[in-house]
Amino acid sequence: MTKESRPLPRPTPETQHFWDGTKLGELRLQRCADCEHVYFPPRPFCPSCSSRSVRVFKASGRGRLLSYVINQRPHPAWDAPYAIAIVELDEGPRMMSNIVGCDQTPEALQLDMPLAVTFEKVSDDIALPLFTPVGGAR
Amino acid sequence: MSSVAIVGAAETTELGVVPTMSQIQLHADAALNALADAGLTAADIDGVATAGESPTAIAHYLGITPEWVDGTQVGGCSFMIHVRHAVAAIQQGLCETVLITHGESGRSRIGAGNFRGGGGSATLAGQFESPYGVVGPPTMFTLPVLRYMKDFGMTHEQLAMVAVVQREWASKNPRASFRDLITVADVLKSRMIAYPFHLLECCLVTDGGGALILVSGERAADFPQKPVYVIGTGESVETPMVSQMEDLTSSRAFRVAGQRAMKSAGISHDDVHHMMIYDAFAHLPIYGLEDLGFCQRGEAASFIWEGNTRPGGKLPLNTNGGGLSYMHSGMYGMYALQESVRQLRGIAPAQVPGAEISLCLGVGGMFGASGCVVMSNIGP
Repeated sequence: MTKESRPLPRPTPETQHFWDGTKLGELRLQRCADCEHVYFPPRPFCPSCSSRSVRVFKASGRGRLLSYVINQRPHPAWDAPYAIAIVELDEGPRMMSNIVGCDQTPEALQLDMPLAVTFEKVSDDIALPLFTPVGGAR
Repeated sequence: MSSVAIVGAAETTELGVVPTMSQIQLHADAALNALADAGLTAADIDGVATAGESPTAIAHYLGITPEWVDGTQVGGCSFMIHVRHAVAAIQQGLCETVLITHGESGRSRIGAGNFRGGGGSATLAGQFESPYGVVGPPTMFTLPVLRYMKDFGMTHEQLAMVAVVQREWASKNPRASFRDLITVADVLKSRMIAYPFHLLECCLVTDGGGALILVSGERAADFPQKPVYVIGTGESVETPMVSQMEDLTSSRAFRVAGQRAMKSAGISHDDVHHMMIYDAFAHLPIYGLEDLGFCQRGEAASFIWEGNTRPGGKLPLNTNGGGLSYMHSGMYGMYALQESVRQLRGIAPAQVPGAEISLCLGVGGMFGASGCVVMSNIGP
């Protein structure tokens, strides 16, 4: 999929656990110990109730395709067209990602189709969470 | 509270492709035109607000010694928010005569910084959006719309119609970048940029600027132009990452800013004669009409399809041609405000007969922020 390297994330102290997790094949979310709210992206407090009492946990890695575009514009790291998606995780939070293992077409990319996380090692330090249709549809 | 009025308003002398001016000069050209419009010079200004450049740079360049500045920069609706802050500053006596400037060498990129969202690779957007191949607003602002289309049954043809109607307005405007009438088929035949968005459903990229001058309503009669009173305002922000919107089919910032503006103006939907909704892409007027309650959820595309927002329709919308056909330098909000002022002065190229109240809704970032200004040409 990629030509040159993608723009790579640079973890911060607040997000390091997430990127440590992806290297181990885990999608990590956070849950508030006080109000049970599950959220993303990472931060050391609950965006719902402001509590600092939050815990990291391993998410199911399952979700559904909430929305996407299929980009046709040139990008140094990709051969267009490719889809940029918003995935809604079963635990509630949403994240941007790419959908791999299927054609990058409106026909193949049906909204609400079930997805599972997969990890792509893009550098020694970073593995990105990507998603693939459950059952490996093609 | 005393009223506040817009007594000076102007765009840059030229719009479109302006390779003869740097970005700061576009600010200054618009500012000088607005000062002339109000019969003032820079020495009369004691408050400066701007985005894209710092208020320091603009004040120094124009030779202003301000006693109040506002550098709120939340994207293209910053200027709506500057209007709101200027109203409060004038009412509180912090300053008397505020100049708000915009200038952007969006196309020619002369003296302009890089227009890139998200910042560096350690920001949240840099970590959680940039790695997935986003290439500027056409791949981010557009991301929610397939969800909207599935949830409400909006068709590709209905989305295309937004561009068709706005081109109809632009055809009446000699300063519009694109003036030739188009059809839904033309839009759907235009090059795909990021499915489901075609080229003609995406805004222009041009050069230009605009400026406004605000004073207290008591002073408004002393100026040469018909005053345009600011009667209601609102502002809000939601998220710097489009993937983190609460609801992909509705903008929280639109709802908060728009409802606050209408409530503070004391108006109902039927009172609005003219409307501007910042249209960086074709879905924005649809979201704006619904989020401000002018249409029920899921009904705005039909409302536009049926001709309600076109010339002669009951709710004239984006009457300059909008960001899709008039101009879009990057932070378009200033041009939406300028069109509201022209309509209320009665001098717009596509004038809405008898317009007395105009509502102007701005967006910043990718549904990240909003500012809303309600204006009237009827004094308090």
